[in-house]
Parts: sequence; C-alpha cells; structure tokens
Amino acid sequence: MTGTGSNTPAPKQSRLKAFFDSDIFHAFLRSRTTVVAAFGTLIFFLVAFLAPWIAPHDPFDLASISIMDSQMPPVWMEYADPRFLLGTDDQGRDILSGIFYGLRISLIVGFCSVFAAAILGITLGLVAGYMGGRVDAVIMRVADVQLTFPAILIALLIDGAARGVFGNLDREVFSFWILIFSLALSFWVQYARTVRGSTMVEKNKEYVQAARVIGLPAPIIMVRHILPNVMGPVLVIATINLALAIVTEATLSFLGVGMPPTQPSLGTLISIGNNYLYSGEWWIAIFPGLALALLVLNVNLLGDWLRDALNPKLR
Amino acid sequence: MSLLDISNLTVEFPGRKSTFVAVEGVSLALEPGKVLGVVGESGAGKSTVGNAVIGLLQEPGRIANGEIRLDGERIDQLDKKAIRKIRGRRIGMIFQDPLTSLDPLQTVEAQLVETIRTHLPMSHSEALTRAIELLDSVGIPDPADRIGQYPHQFSGGMRQRVVIALALCAEPELVIADEPTTALDVSIQAQILDLMKALCVERNVGMLVITHDMGVIAEICDHVAVMYRGNLVEYGETAQVLGAPEHAYTKSLISAVPRADVTIDRFPNVNYIEAAATPTRSIDISTHWLGKARDYEAATGPLLQVQDLSMDFEVKSSIFPSRRKYFKAVKTVSFDIQPGETFGLVGESGSGKSTIARLITGLYHPSGGTVHFAGTELTSLSSRSQVLAMRRQMQMIFQDPYSSLNGRMRVKDIVAEPIKFHKLASSNTEVRQIVDDLLDHVGLGIGAGEKFPHEFSGGQRQRISIARALATRPRFLVCDEPTSALDVSIQAQILNLLKDLQQELGLTMLFISHDLAVIRQMCNRIGVMRHGELCEVADSDALYEAPQHAYTKELLTLMPSMDLLAKIA
Repeated sequence: MTGTGSNTPAPKQSRLKAFFDSDIFHAFLRSRTTVVAAFGTLIFFLVAFLAPWIAPHDPFDLASISIMDSQMPPVWMEYADPRFLLGTDDQGRDILSGIFYGLRISLIVGFCSVFAAAILGITLGLVAGYMGGRVDAVIMRVADVQLTFPAILIALLIDGAARGVFGNLDREVFSFWILIFSLALSFWVQYARTVRGSTMVEKNKEYVQAARVIGLPAPIIMVRHILPNVMGPVLVIATINLALAIVTEATLSFLGVGMPPTQPSLGTLISIGNNYLYSGEWWIAIFPGLALALLVLNVNLLGDWLRDALNPKLR
Repeated sequence: MSLLDISNLTVEFPGRKSTFVAVEGVSLALEPGKVLGVVGESGAGKSTVGNAVIGLLQEPGRIANGEIRLDGERIDQLDKKAIRKIRGRRIGMIFQDPLTSLDPLQTVEAQLVETIRTHLPMSHSEALTRAIELLDSVGIPDPADRIGQYPHQFSGGMRQRVVIALALCAEPELVIADEPTTALDVSIQAQILDLMKALCVERNVGMLVITHDMGVIAEICDHVAVMYRGNLVEYGETAQVLGAPEHAYTKSLISAVPRADVTIDRFPNVNYIEAAATPTRSIDISTHWLGKARDYEAATGPLLQVQDLSMDFEVKSSIFPSRRKYFKAVKTVSFDIQPGETFGLVGESGSGKSTIARLITGLYHPSGGTVHFAGTELTSLSSRSQVLAMRRQMQMIFQDPYSSLNGRMRVKDIVAEPIKFHKLASSNTEVRQIVDDLLDHVGLGIGAGEKFPHEFSGGQRQRISIARALATRPRFLVCDEPTSALDVSIQAQILNLLKDLQQELGLTMLFISHDLAVIRQMCNRIGVMRHGELCEVADSDALYEAPQHAYTKELLTLMPSMDLLAKIA
C-alpha cells in the first residue's frame, strides 16, 4: 500500500514510547502466559543479581557456617530453626541463600555460554552462507559431525581433556571457563545453520547486490548489511538456548564435572541434595530443583512466544 | 436485473488504532457476457472489491455497508458454508500468478476432476471427459495427453490457461479475474486476453477483471470502473471513459501510461498522485560536488563495448566436466554504448537482459567475451584499487524498491555509505551536506535522511536508490527494470527524474525493461533480446517504425492496443 501518509512527518516519539506503542508489545500484553513468564523471569534475574544483598546468609563465608546447623528442615517442620527459611544442607548452609547464589552462577554460565555459542555460530554461519562452495561445505560438514554427539557428551569430553591437560590446578577458576567453552561448542551448530540459511536468502536480495556494485568488500557486506537482517531468528534461538544451557550446566554439575561444590550452581546443589534424598532430608534437593524447573519454564515460555511473534508465518 | 449488482459497498479493516476504509460506497453492475474492468493503482481497493464478492476478505476486513447481489440474490450476508457453495460453482476465480494458484503436487487431471465433481453431480469418467473438453476450449494442444501432467510441466501461459479452465469447471455465471495477465510476458498476455474475452462471450459469462493496466482494460473490457483510494471516481463504457475521461484522476492516469507509438520528450506531470517534494534549494550542478569535474578522462569512441559476451549457468554439477549441464543465459552478445546516450535492452522474461546488466557491473563473471569500459577491459583488472575505480564510475538501479534498500539502515547512512567508502568527501560534515543535497535533488525533501526505508512508498524508495547510485558520482548508470514494480503515475515521475539527471550530469545509461513503451520513451538506441541472443539493434524510432527482425515485429504487434488511449493524447 502506497500512500501519502509517509510524506507527513510523524510526530517525534522517543524510542521507549515507540516500543510501548508497537505491535509486538501489544501482542505481548495480550498473551497472559507470556506476561506471567516475563514477570517470573524478571524476578529470577533480580534475585540472582541482588543475591549478595538480599540473601539471609552468605554460604561462602566459612565463619558464619556452623556444622551444628546442618540438615535443618524448613521452618514449617519440627526441629526447625527460624533463621533458615528453607532449611540447611549437610554443611549447615542456608538452602534459600544457596539457591540465590546458585541462580546467580547458573545464569552467568547460561548467558556466557549462549553468548559464546552465538558469536561462534553466527560468524561461521555468515561465512558459510555468504561464501558458499567449498568453505560452506567444510563448515557445514563439521557442524553435521558435531550434531551427532549429544551436548553432554561433548561437554564431558572437553572437561575430561581439559583436566588431563591442566591437571587439577585451580579448579575453581578453570571449571567455569571449561564449562562455558564446552557448552558453546555444543550449541553453536544451531546458530550456524539458521544464520547460514537466512544469509543465503539475504545475499541474493538486491540491497546486497547494490552494496557489491558500490564495491564494498565481503566482510563489510556481511557485518553491516547481512548481519542485522538475520538477527531475528538468532534472538529466538538464543532465548530458548539460554534455558537449555542452564539445564545442561545443571546436568554437568550434577554429574560432578561442572561447577565445584565451593561455588555451587543449582545443579551442584541438587547433586549435594541427591545424597540425602532417601534419608529424609528431601529439602536439600527439592528446593533447588524447583527453582531450576521454574526458571527454565519461564525462559522457555518467553522464547516460544518470541518465536511465534517474530515469525509471521505462524500467526 | 444484472448478473452482479454491487450497491454502495463499503469495506473496512478495523485496526488497533484506527479503522482503514479500503472501499467506500462503490456501486457496480455487470451483465452476462460482458466484461467489467476495475482499474486503479496499488491501494485503490480494487482487489478488495473482488474479494468481498466471493467472501474472501482478509482478516479482519468486513463489509460495513452496502449489498452484493448475484442474480438478484444477496450474497454478502451468507454464512461461510453457503458462500462456499457459490464460490467455484457460480463464481469462478482467476488469480494473478499461475505458479501459485495450482497445486504443484497434483496433476492437472486431479485438480480439474476434483473441482468438477465437487460442484456437479458427475461420475469420474464424465468429469474427466468434461475436463479434457475444457482444456481443449482454453487452447491447450493434445488435452487428452497433457491432462495427466503436473503444473510445472506447463509453461507460464499454458498454466494460466489451466487456471482459466479450472475457473470455468462448474459453468459459473460470473468469473472474477484478479490481475490475470500481470505475471505473464507481453506475447502471452495478448493470447490470454483474447481467450478470456472469447470464452466470456461464447459462454455468456460475466467477467469482473481487476487490473492496474490500462492496456488490458482497453483490450477486453466493455465497461470500466476507475478507483482511487477506495472510491469509485469514474464508471462507464470503456470507449467513453478512456476516450473522453471526465474525472481528473482518470485523465492523469491515462496520460501517465507510456506510449509506444510516438516519442515524447517528458511524461506529462500528473497531479493526483503522491507529491514529490520539489527540491527546496536548487543546486547549481556546475559548482556542486555532484557535478564537479570528475577525475576520469573523456572517453574517445564508445564508453562501453560489449564483445561476444556469454554467460553459462551450471544447472547440473558433476566432478566430470563432460557430465555438467549448463544453461546458456547469454550467447555471444555484442553492442556498443556511446557516451551520453541511453541504450535500451528489451526482451521477455528469461531473455538474458538482466544477466547482461549483472555481467557489466561485475556481479557475475562472464563465461566468455569481454567488456570494455572507457577503453579498459573490465575482466582483466586484477588489483583491488583498479576494480574499485571502475566500480565507482558505474552504478546500478535495481528493480524491486522493497528489497534494494537495507531495512536496518537509516536513509542517510545508505546514501552516505558509497561516499565514505570511496572517500569522495573530505569530512563528515561534507558527507552530511552532500547526502542532504542528493536526497533533496531526487525529490525526497528535507528530513528524509533520518527515516528508515520502510517509512517510504515504492516510488520514494526508488528515489533513494537513485540517490545512492549517484553518490559515487558515476558516469555510467545501469537501470534494471527500475519502474516495473511501480504504479504508472509514479513510473512517469521516476522516468522523468532519470531523464533530468541524465541531462544534468551527462550520464550514459543502459536501460533494461520488458515494457516496449517505456523503452521507447527512454532510449536513443534499442537492442531486442530473445533467448540470450540479441536479435536486432536499431535507433529507437527506426525500430518502432520499421522493425527488421521477425521477433521485433511480433513483439510490436502483440502490445495491448493503445488506440483508445491515443485518441485523447
């Protein structure tokens, strides 16, 4: 539809106001599940961010931990201590504070690995899609091989290899980076495939040809012209991947190859609690598990909605 | 009582913020055996009228007012089930693109027989006989053999014939054709129009033809309704409306249609269309950056020489060279372009004209032959700086205004990019000044640079494309169907703009189009292409007055007649 409407200058709007007025925000408000999920996600993020200030105890402060407080039940049960709302674990650490700090670590690991995987995947996908031919064939075959291994296996492999190379020197620092690296290496393929597909569509559009006629070199065309136009689907994958990365991290930590017990993520907490699950101290595993499930559910709901909202074909 | 009676039809699309009225108070009547044309530019609401009749308004559109009667019976208030019985049975549809209106996974037989048996009480064999008869009547040779084939085994024109057969399956009283020939080449367009007209008279079917093309109207319509922004501005017999239009919009619409029979200097400036901002500060080209003596020496002899140029696309790859298959898109084409002239390439789809444009601008690498630009052979250039220097002298304007601009960049950045990349200005302030001047000069007005491409209409986007192409201060411009996606009135403006710029800046142009009338108005010399070969090259007047090659003659006779339009010129 062409109209003269575009000739009359629209009243200046601030970006924020334009966003609140946009169709996507309107669609967001209309989906009640999504609003709840977004609110829940926001609370999780806030709690994780503010953990040092709002947590009732500091689980890393050895001075404040007493073995005498170990395995206290939640407050509503018998023999409970009102200081520990959700009880304590085997070393006397407050479960609620542990969850706050664990969320923080889980989310940091999740974000970092999604970020790393996205950068790796987008770069390779752009190059493969734009160059085509042999470059494309090599990159995508590597991706295919990569896909045949489950993410956990790759993470275990890298973790094992890294331990072999570095030994056990300073696990507290290394295990974080090894975790990010292995998660990124497991998840990049999805980004690469999506970006490659979109790039192959975009590169035949006339604006890319116009850029070539101007004489722009390939890297500039890829980054300045194609990249912004293929970011939509990447955003969706990243959101859904965040949930997946958090779960994978938890799995790895549960198996003992993720975060060490001195820096417990949600997975580590569940792993610790698992030992006591049958001896009656269920709260050590159940509460971190619930937190993990809720976090992943909220993020996933948000991702699903985003996928539908950004994909006009599904509407 | 008419076959189709639309009275006071108003169609609304309620939106979140406001209600868009697509059609307002339109009244039309159609008799059996007659063709009624609804003509208008994009956004005029002409397709909405057709969709309202068959009850296929896109969500959330609704009929807010008025009545639609088929044979005296109201059909606008029927429920979905009742309207489905009428659709296909009493009203047939022909859509624009035959490629998408047939199911690619079913044979033509299956689609025809299914449609016939849905609407008529017939056995499978009776339906099959009828289907073959139908294919025969729409002019498909060997219908009994071809009926078992899939849509992709038919050519575009043949496919549209199948679509027409499909529309006629259940002997409808009314056929609605929405841009039935827009996706087809000129030569096929004429055949399909003749067929539609003949069938309409023969079977006493009323036909509602929705089109943007005045040529189609002149060719087959008995009555014509001109629509403008949802309103009916003129309605009457075709000869009268086209011959003696009363409404100013009809007049301007007709005068904007390019003429193939005479050469005119400029297209008449028509009002009633989106106003182009007249440049606020007229720039003096001789002193402005845009017109400054450019650092290339004047060419002696032809500016562009194309010799034996050919291009093969690999359609089947294999590691053995002998088993590879190629499609020869361009076969040893040679022509020259003199400095300052506009050379036209005309041909139907698939004739290789766009491939030549891409070979010249370096988007494709030729399989054989040479391109000399200002005495330098382009394919032999090796160093990047030499290539860039050539790229700067040669720019291209693309066909599709919606995909030729990067939607994520502001207009000022799009236009500034070539200037910055080729370092054609000394400072950012100067770049900004040049960009403002350029946008102003192509008629976009002040403040256009801050917006994003999607805030502009098709014609305005094409102006942005032109500004971007000028931003390298080229001396050679390749225009690949620059106006074929635009409405006629906007096309006239863009063509005028290109003509003005060429005169001001002394540009040499290669102008590619499938439209013989546009080519005639724009070009000094014309090359006619078919199947990758250049059939004929001649001065434009000579080509139209006395065509030499058989194919050129054929093309010229097949153009929709402009006799009616010629009268009012």
